[in-house]
Amino acid sequence: MNTSRIGLIATFFAALAVTGCSGSGDSAGAAGDTIRIGEYASLTGKEAAFGTSSHKGTMLAVEEINAAGGVLGKQLELIYEDNRSMQGESNTIAKKLITRDNVVALLGEVASGRSLEAAPIAQQYQIPMISPSSTNPKVTETGDYIFRVCFTDPFQGRLLAEFARRSLKAQKVAILSDVAAAYSVGLAQYFREPWLAGGGTVVSDEKYNGGEKDFKAQLTTIKAAAPDAILVPGYYNDVGLIVAQARQLGITVPLFGGDGWEAPELIQIAGAKALEGTYYSTHFSPESTEALPQQFVAAYKAKYNGEVPDAMAALGYDSARVLADAITRAGTTEGPALRDALAATRDFPGATGATTLDVKRDATKPAVIITVKDGRFQYVETISP
Amino acid sequence: MTELLQQVVNGLALGAIYALIALGYTMVYGVLRFINFAHSEVFMVGAFAGYFLARVMPGGPLAGVAVLLGAMAVCALLGVVIEKLAYRPLRGRSTLTALITAIGVSLLLQNLGQRIFGANPRSFPALFPVHNFQIGGLVISSSQILVFVVTLLLLFALRHIVLHTRIGTAMRALSFNQTAASLVGINNDRVISFTFALGSAMAAAGGILYASNYPSIDPLMGTLPGLKAFVAAVLGGIGNIAGAAIGGLVIGLVETAVVGLGGSTYRDAVAFAVLILILLLRPTGLLGTRQTEKV
Repeated sequence: MNTSRIGLIATFFAALAVTGCSGSGDSAGAAGDTIRIGEYASLTGKEAAFGTSSHKGTMLAVEEINAAGGVLGKQLELIYEDNRSMQGESNTIAKKLITRDNVVALLGEVASGRSLEAAPIAQQYQIPMISPSSTNPKVTETGDYIFRVCFTDPFQGRLLAEFARRSLKAQKVAILSDVAAAYSVGLAQYFREPWLAGGGTVVSDEKYNGGEKDFKAQLTTIKAAAPDAILVPGYYNDVGLIVAQARQLGITVPLFGGDGWEAPELIQIAGAKALEGTYYSTHFSPESTEALPQQFVAAYKAKYNGEVPDAMAALGYDSARVLADAITRAGTTEGPALRDALAATRDFPGATGATTLDVKRDATKPAVIITVKDGRFQYVETISP
Repeated sequence: MTELLQQVVNGLALGAIYALIALGYTMVYGVLRFINFAHSEVFMVGAFAGYFLARVMPGGPLAGVAVLLGAMAVCALLGVVIEKLAYRPLRGRSTLTALITAIGVSLLLQNLGQRIFGANPRSFPALFPVHNFQIGGLVISSSQILVFVVTLLLLFALRHIVLHTRIGTAMRALSFNQTAASLVGINNDRVISFTFALGSAMAAAGGILYASNYPSIDPLMGTLPGLKAFVAAVLGGIGNIAGAAIGGLVIGLVETAVVGLGGSTYRDAVAFAVLILILLLRPTGLLGTRQTEKV
């Protein structure tokens, strides 16, 4: 959208984009010796922090599964592609992975908008797709081959409303949402319903387009409405600038949002000082004391030079393991049988808690609230569904 | 009332950045009658040059200024190289050829940028100490003031160079008639190189100040501000230095007004609607008449 200058140049751009596309895993192996899994992710671009985290988690899971002897006596082979966080790439990639690489299942994406692009393709070819961390309900509503291993935005919206009322003691909130992201629009809507039902008011409802840099006009309007707290259900790059500019304008009330906030870039962009008094909900905290999360954190740190995994990494990890479990139970990689096995996933233990896929092919999981203190993410509380 | 005034401040601060980028556009056009679409990518390179320079530069009060000047030098060089490699071989051909080449250079730099710097946004370090000034209920940050000051300084410096120096006289001579200029002993190549160096240095300054205000930089960051600045240059009367500054401020104010009134989704649409309107109603722009001084 931002790049369209003259109709003519779109063609040039597309041509250059193709040559600049990132490579995939080893695709030389014959389809018979391995079980191929396709992954499409935002490895570069706006939401790269999410895509790379998720991808690292997935790779760790595949490595562990293969080290333990693989699935159905075969090794898993992960073939991944980068959609550069751009719209209009994921459907092409999904088609390529399914028809050219003959993958048995798709893993992806973090951003709901891009999961929604690939989902119809997976459904059409009857290839099961598991989204690790797309929370917009529309993703799995695409069809019966689409699953997710994370909670959904109606739950996240409800818990944010509850959190704002109970912990932030807010009566009046302002909302600043990204109209270009299905995730942001959805989360704002799912927050609003329980919030209004619980007696809260929305004093200002402002919008922006993801990728914009200047939010001062919206924030000035919000400031004049004098809210008790501001909901920003966006992604970390925009949120970082929004938080910094809000503090610059002298807005001191808490800002809060959803799992789109969680990336180290948030702290780099906004600065530690501006982020004091901000909160977000997410799927996982590395500070969890339970056995499986701890095991995952240890394995992740060992593989990635001591890096602490975030929620996207944990969900990427879980998505691959849920898939491997379903292939084992199905005893085959045929689409329909694999789909049925996935739909029958019950209490599968994972890094983000037990995964049970319900009739809507969604997982129901507790969420954690995180705050930023002295430039570090800090666990606040866990909210169960 | 405070809200309205704050929006005016927001709009002027945003507009000042557009004005700064527009200065470079308009100057190159003024001399060569050629829209350098690669300008927005030079702006991006300026921000990245600043990013890398800031990492090697020791801290201190003058580090920010040194980074700014360093990035301007890097981009001045880049501008000269671009002109030598891409535009000079096509000199004398139709303007359309040059225009398409400029778009090609712009795309090349965007994609090279993604190759070299990666497509991930990076957070730009704080080059200058930031302080927020409270006047009544109004808030103005020192980085916004800095943008104003630098824009004004560069505006006057540019006017001075163009109107009162030998090379400026040569630039103006070139803008009237290149053949005649070379007949009276002006080295066209040198003057054109200088024009590009100057314009690109302005783009670098714009990039650094933009990144200081919005500290998230990526290889595609130049596209939209570049287009807005282009609109600003046309609005002010392309080729007219003061016009570019006024055009930038107007675009910044209009955008902020649209968002402030709740039409944030139409922010970009309105900026480009202004372009269409001005081309329909007053193609020469606000200040651009045949009589005013052209660079």
